[in-house]
Amino acid sequence: MNELQYRANFFVQLFQSLIALATGLAVIALVFGHTEQLNGWNHAELLAVMGVHIAMGGLIGTLIQPNMMRLAQEVRDGKLDFALTKPADAQLLASLREVRIWRLVDVAIGGVVLAAALGQLGVAPSLGGGLAFAATIVLGGLMIYCFWLILTTFAFWIVRIDEIAELFDGIYQSGRWPVGVYPGWLRISLTFLVPIAFAVTVPAEALTGRLTIETFLLAAGFAVLLFAFTRWWWRFGLRRYSGASA
Amino acid sequence: MSGAAGTSPPAAGRPRLIGAWRGLLDVYVENARLALNEQFQYRVANYFYMIGMIAEPVIYLVVWTTIAEQQGGSVGGISSAQFAAYYIVWTLVRSMNIVFTPYGWEWRIREGELSAALLRPIFPIVSDLGFFIGWKVVVIVLWLPLAALLALLFRPELSPTLLEICVFAVAIWGAYLIRSLNQSSIGMVTFWTTRVGPFFELYMTVELLLSGRLVPMSLMPDWVQTIAGLLPFYWTFGFPIEALVADLPADRLLGGLAMQLFWIIVGAIVLRLVWRVAIRRYSAVGG
Repeated sequence: MNELQYRANFFVQLFQSLIALATGLAVIALVFGHTEQLNGWNHAELLAVMGVHIAMGGLIGTLIQPNMMRLAQEVRDGKLDFALTKPADAQLLASLREVRIWRLVDVAIGGVVLAAALGQLGVAPSLGGGLAFAATIVLGGLMIYCFWLILTTFAFWIVRIDEIAELFDGIYQSGRWPVGVYPGWLRISLTFLVPIAFAVTVPAEALTGRLTIETFLLAAGFAVLLFAFTRWWWRFGLRRYSGASA
Repeated sequence: MSGAAGTSPPAAGRPRLIGAWRGLLDVYVENARLALNEQFQYRVANYFYMIGMIAEPVIYLVVWTTIAEQQGGSVGGISSAQFAAYYIVWTLVRSMNIVFTPYGWEWRIREGELSAALLRPIFPIVSDLGFFIGWKVVVIVLWLPLAALLALLFRPELSPTLLEICVFAVAIWGAYLIRSLNQSSIGMVTFWTTRVGPFFELYMTVELLLSGRLVPMSLMPDWVQTIAGLLPFYWTFGFPIEALVADLPADRLLGGLAMQLFWIIVGAIVLRLVWRVAIRRYSAVGG
């Protein structure tokens, strides 16, 4: 919440988000300059995917990424001691300390893109569709959080993992396209290894009326499984932490 | 600088000039060696970085391959296998032209880190250039297995001639120089403002669209190609890639190198001018 003091950063963020949006629109225009549809998704449907992608990216940037970057830094500096000595669950504490509020700009922009896409499609999402969308967004966000924490936990073994942000940003870009366009091995990786399919494609499916009950149950089941594994992996890594007698 | 101890002391003029150039070369070599040793220790970190980097062309490749296959095998005369070759070579060109970013300058200037660099009797950019040259050696070694994997997965069509390979080998270093010089110039913006982000993002977007980083330039509308022809960006992405991948005639290959040289000279002059104005604005506390 510290960020609220730096109001100029809001305009910086807005400017950067608008540039990113313009780029995204240009790329989609370029693709549809050469084709009518991409693997069964038309222009408006791809716009919806892009909207979810931007909004989810904003959520990750606001809540998940800053906490994970701080965690990695503190493991390296030995400052994690301060969090570990507090009488609260260490994982919970380490995951909720930072909020980069201005990244919410992306959530708003993503929402606008999504609304425009739905307008183009001419579908008003049903109540069920809206609920399914909300549920899949929460599940997808949870899975992305798990993925980040699994990677960040590697900091207990490997000292320098600053590049983790580059790694994630690079892979996250794949979510701009529906996961169906990727070849089989990559599609499976982007679903179960890096849960981007669950975080972006599945919510977009929920809004455009493509979501099946099987996919939804799979998302829910996998989220629970992944969370349990993350919890175990975090504790396993924490045992390696030796502090630095701060 | 290690002088020639046993020989007669250098007379005024020429020999001292040679000494100065030798000294400069030493700085490059030492910085390169430093980077080489340092970066090999951080293999995992470097691989994290490279995998994140490789995701980008793989996405482009998949999208354009999908479109090519929908349209019976090719888009704008480019087949799936040619797209694969383009984007796999892309990964090496991209690795080569990752340079010291304006964010690095932002940090350096805001934190007063520049003070120490200014005390040395050498233009600070020289050590940056040297350091990144050494890092590139690490990057190329780490890149080889990734390239082999990508080639296995995507089956590129690549049959370069000897001349094309030679031009490519020179052009990737030309691209590295052009990008280093331009990004250092942008970094100078931080002498006036402490946030270079918006400027740099805008620059990167223009580069993305006009360089061949996003798609081969021939897929762009004509007017975009015309604009791109007047700017340096194509020579840092599209040209090196196409030198190896497309069957460019010899005059376009050599002409491309000449264009790179032109932009290197322009970049160096601009950087020198901007630096001269910018450095007067620098002030540091403590350090």
